[in-house]
Amino acid sequence: MSDDINAQLRDQIQQAITENPVILFMKGTPEQPRCGFSARTVAALEATGSPFAAVDVLPHPAIRQELSAISNWPTVPQLFVNGELVGGCDIVTEMSESGELAETLGVEQPDEAPEQAPAEGTVPGPPPMGIENRLG
Amino acid sequence: MPSTDELKQRIESAIPGALAQVEDLTGGGDHFRATVVAPAFTGKSRLEQHRMVYDVFGSEVGGPIHALSIKTQTRTS
Repeated sequence: MSDDINAQLRDQIQQAITENPVILFMKGTPEQPRCGFSARTVAALEATGSPFAAVDVLPHPAIRQELSAISNWPTVPQLFVNGELVGGCDIVTEMSESGELAETLGVEQPDEAPEQAPAEGTVPGPPPMGIENRLG
Repeated sequence: MPSTDELKQRIESAIPGALAQVEDLTGGGDHFRATVVAPAFTGKSRLEQHRMVYDVFGSEVGGPIHALSIKTQTRTS
């Protein structure tokens, strides 16, 4: 694979992290997780009721490689909130048990309208390869 | 194939004052759980603490070490 494609992928990942207030990079999808750690992280997120975007890293090994280069975190899943890495399955699970997760996601008041992703006006070119937006 | 003893020793020699407990979660030598107690974690966020443990193994995590579950503490409770 050429460096150009990897650089492009890295930009797309960075953009997905920037544009989605809550985004989970995982193996499989929230409906069909393909790894126990991803499944546990999805369950913790769903328990908060917060909407989140999800990206399946499995279709393309380079997604995982570039993601780890951006985040300096070696494993998947990885949860980002407001552009910052929160952690992987262990940290998300601990935060879920302590109530910190809902706090971080800003969902203490479940009636509050969920934050929406910004409009697509800023997207240059085609949508990111293999990246599905599951917000809402 | 990495062993639990090898992982334990590497964590303890890389992180000052660390005491590590490492379990092989599947018996397959590639899914591990490490519980690490180290005064060196004091004042660091959980994310930074986990990164210190991951950093011991570099690119081996995700490679030969398929999964490394981490629990960190600054002292034994």
